[in-house]
Amino acid sequence: MIEVKDLSKSFGGQSVLRDVSARFLPGKMNFIIGRSGSGKSVLTKCIVGLHHPERGSVLYDGRDFTAMDHKGKKEIRKEIGMLFQGSALFDSMTVLENVMFPLRMFSDESLDQNRERAMFCLERVELPDAGDKFPSELSGGMQKRVGIARAIAMNPRYLFCDEPNSGLDPQTAIVIDNLIGDLTREFGMTTVVVSHDMNSVMEASDNVHFVHEGTIAWHGESETLLSGGHPALDEFIFASKLMRQLRQTLRP
Amino acid sequence: MLRVFEARIGVTGGAMGAAATCPRAGPGEGREQKNCLSDSLWVHAREVSLYLRPMGLFFHIGRYTAFLRQVLRRPERGSVFRKLLLEEMNGIGLQSLGIVALLSVFMGAVICIQTAHQIGGWIPVYTIGFTVRQTMILEFSPTLIPVILAGKVGSNIASQLGTMRVTEQIDALEIMGINSANYLVLPKMIAALACIPFLVILSMGLGIGAGMWVGVSTGVSSVADFEYGMRIDFNAFDVTYALIKTCVFALIISSVSAYHGYHTSGGALEVGRSSTKAVVYAVVIVMIANLLLTQMLLG
Repeated sequence: MIEVKDLSKSFGGQSVLRDVSARFLPGKMNFIIGRSGSGKSVLTKCIVGLHHPERGSVLYDGRDFTAMDHKGKKEIRKEIGMLFQGSALFDSMTVLENVMFPLRMFSDESLDQNRERAMFCLERVELPDAGDKFPSELSGGMQKRVGIARAIAMNPRYLFCDEPNSGLDPQTAIVIDNLIGDLTREFGMTTVVVSHDMNSVMEASDNVHFVHEGTIAWHGESETLLSGGHPALDEFIFASKLMRQLRQTLRP
Repeated sequence: MLRVFEARIGVTGGAMGAAATCPRAGPGEGREQKNCLSDSLWVHAREVSLYLRPMGLFFHIGRYTAFLRQVLRRPERGSVFRKLLLEEMNGIGLQSLGIVALLSVFMGAVICIQTAHQIGGWIPVYTIGFTVRQTMILEFSPTLIPVILAGKVGSNIASQLGTMRVTEQIDALEIMGINSANYLVLPKMIAALACIPFLVILSMGLGIGAGMWVGVSTGVSSVADFEYGMRIDFNAFDVTYALIKTCVFALIISSVSAYHGYHTSGGALEVGRSSTKAVVYAVVIVMIANLLLTQMLLG
């Protein structure tokens, strides 16, 4: 479980996060949703240590990440996998080398064993024949899947996905969402997904945290999302015509 | 002096990072302001002024020092580091051989012809060989070749790291628990340190050889005169001085370019700007270091 306690972060005097507290449960798809600029990406970057919060703490299964020294943080980071919005695959490496990269850096296994593990990950994301290709030769959806394969290569306990289906068509987006969900349950990972795509939230989320103006304005299980009751959340969910029509249909 | 400079480029405001305003633009003349200078020139002028402001300079010195502390650490994996080092040596060294050889040959030949044109009467012919040797060893090869490499290698390093930064590849390394600065920059610095002195020695040899060939083939000097000029008053320390300078310049080029690329933020436009800044600042710092080292070693 990942626990965030009273986290605050500001940039140049402008407060972006204010006393944010949240719990992300293991084996669940924990979504952070919110409008662009609401602070959800900053929150994620604070949790993984790419930004340093001014106040508050982040606990990985009770281990205080924010209070750790460089060595301690490095150990925790070996347990973290992350899928980036743009996949962030290394251009100069083939797909197989990308997936093998964290194994080569940290695993004491032989090269053959690392290759075997990387091939398993690629098969798991249904890309067993893409190993020799370069990222530029793949479609957006395939790049995301390679990103997922690389993220799970080290068998992480915590998986972070930043806008995993941005730029993808709705069908491919659902494939990616379901793949992340399956892996989360299969490996019992604590998965945190940052998204503002309501299709994705409705399709794959277990728990939802709604970030509004730098605070968690609402959180709960996904089943209760549509009847959340928070005005900003309702405004966010029912921003599209399709969702408004759905609301009309659902109303008794 | 700084105020004069800022007044000339039209930068006002006390705090670091203050907005640039055009001296000709009055209140409410936002659109006309854009006509004073092109956007890109305006941004560059502001950036240059930030470097010249005392706080901006201290900020960059502090961040550069912290960056170097991150870079100069033991690599995570020796085998991975060796592979990266060989790749960088190929990129920085082997792939620069052509341009270095071409420039050195032409410069050696031109120095020979210019010197032959200058001398006459009481100045002995062997002066041609002497001048070609001294120019190539003391200044052209150890200073101008690194300056040219700052353009070729420096912009390459900055744009590569800048692109990796804006496409979150550096963040991906950090998330994995890898010291990204060490992983990406240390092989480049060591490759530059190993390859650029080699390129400079090659440049010296090629320049002097080309000078001799042109001198003899155009009839301005005989082989014997040129060889005599090359040998006369030769001080081996000149070569040591040249190599010391080259090593310092190699570190400046690689680290300053990497610093600019690594700290890129934004998108494609910023990658281009970082690349330009990397070359400009690397060349400026090389020139300052050249003056200081020459005074220290020869003064």
